[in-house]
Amino acid sequence: MSSVAYKQADYKSDVKPIWCPGCGDYHVLMSFGRAFAQLGLPPEQIAVISGIGCSSRIPAYTNCYGFHGVHGRSLALAAGLKVTRPDLTVVVASGDGDGYSIGGNHFLHACRRNIDMTYVVMDNHIYGMTKGQPSPTTEPEFDTALSPGGTRVRPFHPLVVALASGANFIARCFSGDPNQTADVLAEAIKHPGFSFIEILSPCVTFRPDEKAWKDQVHPAPVTETSDQGKAARRLMTDDGFNIGILYRGTRTPYQPAAGATNIDLSELEKDFEL
Amino acid sequence: MAASRSISIAIIGSGGAGALTTVDSLLETAAAAGWQGLFTRTMGPQIRGGEAAGLLRLAVDPVESLPDRFDLMIGIDWLNAHRFGAEIKAGNQTLVISDPRGGDLPPMVTQSGARVVEIPMKEMAKAIPDGRPNMIALGIAGRLLGFTVEQAFAPIAKRLADKGPAAIEASLAGIKVGFGAAAGIDFGVQLAAPKPSKARRWLLSGNEATALGAIRGGIRFAAAYPITPATEILEWLAPNLTKVGGTLLQAEDELAAINMIIGASYGGTPALTATSGPGLSLMIEALGLATSAEIPIVVVDVMRGGPSTGIPTKSEQGDLNIAIYGMHGDAPHLVLAPQSVGDCVFTTQWATYLAEALQAPAIILSDQFMGQSRAAIERPADVAFIGARSIASEISGPYMRHAMTANGVSPMAIPGTRGGQYTADGLTHSERATPTSGAADHLAQLDKRRDKLDRFNFGDHWASVEGAGDLAVITWGSLTGAAREAVALAAADGIDARMVAPRLLAPVLPERMAAALAGVKRILVVEQTHGGQFNKFLRAHYDLPAPVRVFNRPGPLPITAGEIHRAIAVWR
Repeated sequence: MSSVAYKQADYKSDVKPIWCPGCGDYHVLMSFGRAFAQLGLPPEQIAVISGIGCSSRIPAYTNCYGFHGVHGRSLALAAGLKVTRPDLTVVVASGDGDGYSIGGNHFLHACRRNIDMTYVVMDNHIYGMTKGQPSPTTEPEFDTALSPGGTRVRPFHPLVVALASGANFIARCFSGDPNQTADVLAEAIKHPGFSFIEILSPCVTFRPDEKAWKDQVHPAPVTETSDQGKAARRLMTDDGFNIGILYRGTRTPYQPAAGATNIDLSELEKDFEL
Repeated sequence: MAASRSISIAIIGSGGAGALTTVDSLLETAAAAGWQGLFTRTMGPQIRGGEAAGLLRLAVDPVESLPDRFDLMIGIDWLNAHRFGAEIKAGNQTLVISDPRGGDLPPMVTQSGARVVEIPMKEMAKAIPDGRPNMIALGIAGRLLGFTVEQAFAPIAKRLADKGPAAIEASLAGIKVGFGAAAGIDFGVQLAAPKPSKARRWLLSGNEATALGAIRGGIRFAAAYPITPATEILEWLAPNLTKVGGTLLQAEDELAAINMIIGASYGGTPALTATSGPGLSLMIEALGLATSAEIPIVVVDVMRGGPSTGIPTKSEQGDLNIAIYGMHGDAPHLVLAPQSVGDCVFTTQWATYLAEALQAPAIILSDQFMGQSRAAIERPADVAFIGARSIASEISGPYMRHAMTANGVSPMAIPGTRGGQYTADGLTHSERATPTSGAADHLAQLDKRRDKLDRFNFGDHWASVEGAGDLAVITWGSLTGAAREAVALAAADGIDARMVAPRLLAPVLPERMAAALAGVKRILVVEQTHGGQFNKFLRAHYDLPAPVRVFNRPGPLPITAGEIHRAIAVWR
């Protein structure tokens, strides 16, 4: 950790967000700055990696290194970065479409691989950037142009999937409480291995009903656990609005052993010598 | 008996019969004795129980292609041999060794007029405790090629070193019985003595050569998703990258693999993945990202029969179109093709160097023929191409990640560098890497990414240009060896031909191609595709200054030097 004191503003770039006024993601951006400042991380030591969607715009709004990649693949890109640059703090930002639909397979494998990084999914139960189509977390009865009368499909349960797949830290936050979100984010970054935070982040444009989330969220009525069985029951019976750190695992993070760097390449050629 | 400069052997059996092991060890024996050689495998998709054939060509000079017809063909059994159809040709000069209890002779033998000698390999093997018919076949081939029992046995002894004395004894006994069985047979062909040489000699596959070239070029991260016929590249890199301070990560799919290498390269580590056609199809979107964000990466495509799942175990050149044109938008990038097993070392090293120097993705088009062949060759020379990326290390003022520069390449800030923070983006961006949808920035960055490739001096490595005749054979990739040999055969007939084989397929170099084709009267394009992709590519990008004929055929039938020679000879 650096001895320089950083402020939230040190992590903000001068690029103006494209988000709608009132979007929950503004608060998430604030939480990023607060968490990084809390940890005293130099901005150049942080990499914020994302895919495609409203939430995935966040890297350019920070003053960190960032990568706004293709749709759904942020976790894979981040894995390649972190295993080769374990010195960096890697934070991956995604949304419910990017992370759970097109990127769903990478989510499973990032959890089981357990590389030391933090995965933040800003979940608003809708595709916002393409103007209001149902995502994997949209309620079955929610009516959209693409799903008249609702999808009639059971929503995805990201926290349960994360636990079953091996995530080492699982939390839920609400964007409307940026201080608490910052605290949880700081804990997630500090926790070794793959940390997953689902942030309920309302889409005021296509889901005005989500403005009610601020009255629905509540602190999880349980203490943290490292017991997977307990966590499984807790997450399976969860009402979707429990806020807090719900699971803190003890798995050892995956980091490939760094080999020697000063080997003469002719050593490798011995395989081929006649 | 006349000494031949080249001799070819095919050993055929059901999968699991050991035909490939037998041929591989014959290659080792011949290589140890000083010959050059190429061992190509052809097989069905089954892991065990299908058809397998090892095709071996030994010669005094470097071998880079298969023969028209085999001099010696040994059928350990013929149970599935008919599936090879026309892939393995016998002629009336071919000696066929057949086990009378190994099933009916396949049409490729019965229709050839070949001389057939029956040897009951299975029965002979049964008489030896733990005996295997393929060791009898090895003994027969060893004797007919003029090796001693000790020479033929040496590679097997090495292989079985940890299997215990019983297995070694059984194999040696089998080889000896094979030697005895071949005693009275007049093969009629003898391989000329090898050239004395002080050069260090290697035995390796094209896939291994590709992997070594990657490390020589500076690759220190690889992401791996298994696919036939590319997996050996990744399997060689897994232990060897670690030895040089690098890392390999197994990906959950090809989408992850390509994005992992983009992440590693963004972090400053030169990175590669290897795949085949289906995997390349999945990687195309992210290749566009690497182009736009100017992230150097290397993707090796070991081509197999396509489209779709195609023929995973057999060779074709049908991925040229997707490699050149696959990405949406205008996305200038590098496409290269190695020309032989040995050249896989150089081309992969060079591609890595170019990708790093130009901050662009490089696709390497190898193929199953090269990738899975093992060759006995002289050690490829060390070359000075080591990836050296232009890095922004001291940054003052606003950092311009995609700054306009004279050569189009902008120094890249590596995460951790203070003041260099930027967000790499697939969105159209400004010089500062900030997203924009403006026409001026869009055009400026499109120009920049095109110009950095167009302004680069690729030097003489762009192609193999050989000879000066008025007929030019233009080909690429693993067909280069066959074309070179065809030009030599034509020269022996008094026909003066030349060969032009681009190693660099994209960007195109019209001036260099014009110089290579200066004065030609006839152009013969040779390629292993069904649709004539290379011909169409050449016509789209180059002014071909003479009438063109195209000799194209899809895989898996190999295109031989003899066929190209005939195509040259009939066009006077």
